[in-house]
Amino acid sequence: MATPTMDKVEAEAVSSPYITVTFRIRRFNPEISDAAVWEDFQIEIDPKERVLDGLHKIKWDVDGSLTFRRSCAHGICGSDAMRINGKNRLACKTLIKDINPDKPITIEAIKGLTVLKDLVVDMEPFFQAYRDVMPFLVTKGNEPTRERLQSAEDRERFDDTTKCILCAACTSSCPVFWNDGQYFGPAAIVNAHRFIFDSRDEAGEQRLEILNDKDGVWRCRTTFNCTDACPRGIEVTKAIQEVKRALITRRF
Amino acid sequence: MKIHKYDTVIVGAGGAGMRAAIESTKRSRTAVLTKLYPTRSHTGAAQGGMAAALANVEEDNWEWHTFDTVKGGDYLVDQDAAEILAKEAIDAVLDLEKMGLPFNRTPQGTIDQRRFGGHSRNHGEAPVRRSCYAADRTGHMILQTLYQNCVKEGVEFFNEFYVLDQLITEVDGVRKSAGVVAYELATGEIHVFQAKSVIYASGGTGKFFKVTSNAHTLTGDGQAACYRRGLPLEDMEFFQFHPTGIWRMGILLTEGARGEGGILRNKDGERFMEKYAPVMKDLASRDVVSRSIYTEIREGRGCGPEGDHVYLDLTHLPPEQLDAKLPDITEFARTYLGIEPYTDPIPIQPTAHYAMGGIPTNVEGEVLADNTTVVPGLYAAGEVACVSVHGANRLGTNSLLDINVFGKRAGIAAAEYSAKADWVELPENPAAFVEEQVERLRNSTGGERVAELRRELQETMDANVMVFRTEQTIKTAVEKIAELRARYKNVSVQDKGKRFNTDLLEAVELGNLLDLAEVMAVSALARKESRGGHYREDFPNRDDVNFMRHTMAYREVGADGTETVRLDYKPVVQTRYQPMERKY
Repeated sequence: MATPTMDKVEAEAVSSPYITVTFRIRRFNPEISDAAVWEDFQIEIDPKERVLDGLHKIKWDVDGSLTFRRSCAHGICGSDAMRINGKNRLACKTLIKDINPDKPITIEAIKGLTVLKDLVVDMEPFFQAYRDVMPFLVTKGNEPTRERLQSAEDRERFDDTTKCILCAACTSSCPVFWNDGQYFGPAAIVNAHRFIFDSRDEAGEQRLEILNDKDGVWRCRTTFNCTDACPRGIEVTKAIQEVKRALITRRF
Repeated sequence: MKIHKYDTVIVGAGGAGMRAAIESTKRSRTAVLTKLYPTRSHTGAAQGGMAAALANVEEDNWEWHTFDTVKGGDYLVDQDAAEILAKEAIDAVLDLEKMGLPFNRTPQGTIDQRRFGGHSRNHGEAPVRRSCYAADRTGHMILQTLYQNCVKEGVEFFNEFYVLDQLITEVDGVRKSAGVVAYELATGEIHVFQAKSVIYASGGTGKFFKVTSNAHTLTGDGQAACYRRGLPLEDMEFFQFHPTGIWRMGILLTEGARGEGGILRNKDGERFMEKYAPVMKDLASRDVVSRSIYTEIREGRGCGPEGDHVYLDLTHLPPEQLDAKLPDITEFARTYLGIEPYTDPIPIQPTAHYAMGGIPTNVEGEVLADNTTVVPGLYAAGEVACVSVHGANRLGTNSLLDINVFGKRAGIAAAEYSAKADWVELPENPAAFVEEQVERLRNSTGGERVAELRRELQETMDANVMVFRTEQTIKTAVEKIAELRARYKNVSVQDKGKRFNTDLLEAVELGNLLDLAEVMAVSALARKESRGGHYREDFPNRDDVNFMRHTMAYREVGADGTETVRLDYKPVVQTRYQPMERKY
């Protein structure tokens, strides 16, 4: 076995240096007021904990009305995308130590979707755009008795875009989407890409036509916000460019 | 209050719920009620694979898979059900591939397979490659593929609807399912869904433990709704502790890591599993590996200043293999521990992972009201259910299989029942229980806090009913749970609003966890033997004479309103395999 180099990490864990951090949260509850307000909370937290842990400390010990979505707490379910210090991230994948805890940490709902309460937005337009790109395998002819064959290379071709967890961090970081909610947005295009470049699929042309629309891929201004925002490390802008290229060459 | 009428209602939109919905929507007017958006479900967190004897990379057959499942479950598995699971596994995997699931491929272009704990060639001779996988995100791919196909089939979802009550009406002396009552998160409105059939597919109960791989939302809502209405819960004492959770956090690191060649080591660098399981070593079944880890820790060979964990060592594997086969879990180690798995071993400890027990069903997914009587119109599938294909310990990759095989079966069976059954009348004031529950919690001025009670519950469960149990520790847990249940009556919430009141729903969820924790502890206390995931230090051996039987727990309410758990037992179905001593 390689020499364990855990000693440093473990020594830190044992001393458990709790620090005081300010969470500055954009609150909104139309049952109380039509106006959104910033509210500060001071919490004691280990810098190796997640922003989500901090939100739970507030909800569980200070103010139960603080409202946000979360489930798996380790970056797989896509529930807790939010704007943290002005950048879209998953609260469960962002450690306090990585976002400068010396200053107040600002937390607000993702942009471009209607805020319903605190950090909760209306996800319906986002999922509608996803559904509109036919996000499912389409094949013709008789089904084989065993599995369809696919080479490892063909499988690799669309691997990156299969990682999407539909958290909306990319779409809600896109300036085009902020200005025009009709734009399909990066996540829907990523999910179209996942099928367009799947060698088993036979509806690539139809999906390309859908994305050739005035609200489709041509709206992308390659600002790369989406790629920066993706918590799964998907090269979102590259996927969008590949869809654009497929539209021009009709080869995919 | 709104009333809806559907032929079939499915509660939950993880793997089992959506697999059922794909079948049921084709055959009957179906509504899926889910407390999370479907793609948030915890099926997505499953990593390593789905077992099926495809024999794509080496000789294999479903009979070997059946045997491994029965042996893995320490002979508490109903063998007829295990045989169905293993036989139908092959079509279940092929179905998913045809739906579009991007499995990893062999050089020939077929679905690739890898080794996994407890899966063996020819009844235990050596590990076999049986797990069909997509890197270490197989659950993610299954969840996405099933959701994609639900979109394709036009499945009707009611997202963020919490089902809080099961409606049962007695017709000519037979208790039948009449529908469910749900709470809409966005508005606080209560909805009654009248349905000819209801399928529970609402997942597990892991959140009563502190160190767990489970999502915050896995609070046993379906089990609790049925239990409160007098239906039994089966084998609740059997809970699986996955050997490799991230130290202190509990985040799952797939058994596939060991399937790819990863090794568990103690503080001396020793590959300790060789001592406990000479043939299967690190790929012994999960209950065996978790006990071995804690034995190492207890005997002073744990790692770190507090000696409270061991290492998962992947450093001898080529970085390309880790990138290709285990990209997510290596990223978890980097993100949450600051560890580079190419060069450093990962600190791990067992983590509460999976409920083998649940709502008892037969192999068609029909829910049982006792050892034999079916509740007409009521079905369950997936982790919420107990068929029982997992017995006392589930094998890795058999849960993704379970949700597909029995999700499909329940979806077909429920829709076919809906097609021929008459409507069952709703009980009088169908929403009364939920309205009272919600208003009581909303208006309570009691001094108890949800978070504090939940913390105390999780701490007592971790301390007393985890990998090692004794009569004394279980009694401690039973007493603590009783105290917490009493204090729960004084729980209050701060958010008094209607809109997205997650404060209120966390209080409801805590009530479910407390009910189920009590059932688990009482069931564990009565089982004076060690079998699979249930290990009693005071009864370290399996006792087939007295305990080769399933526990059936019922809620009893006395004349004075006191609630107790009544235990009964149900025989195990044995077909081809006689119980043997379990060695790996």
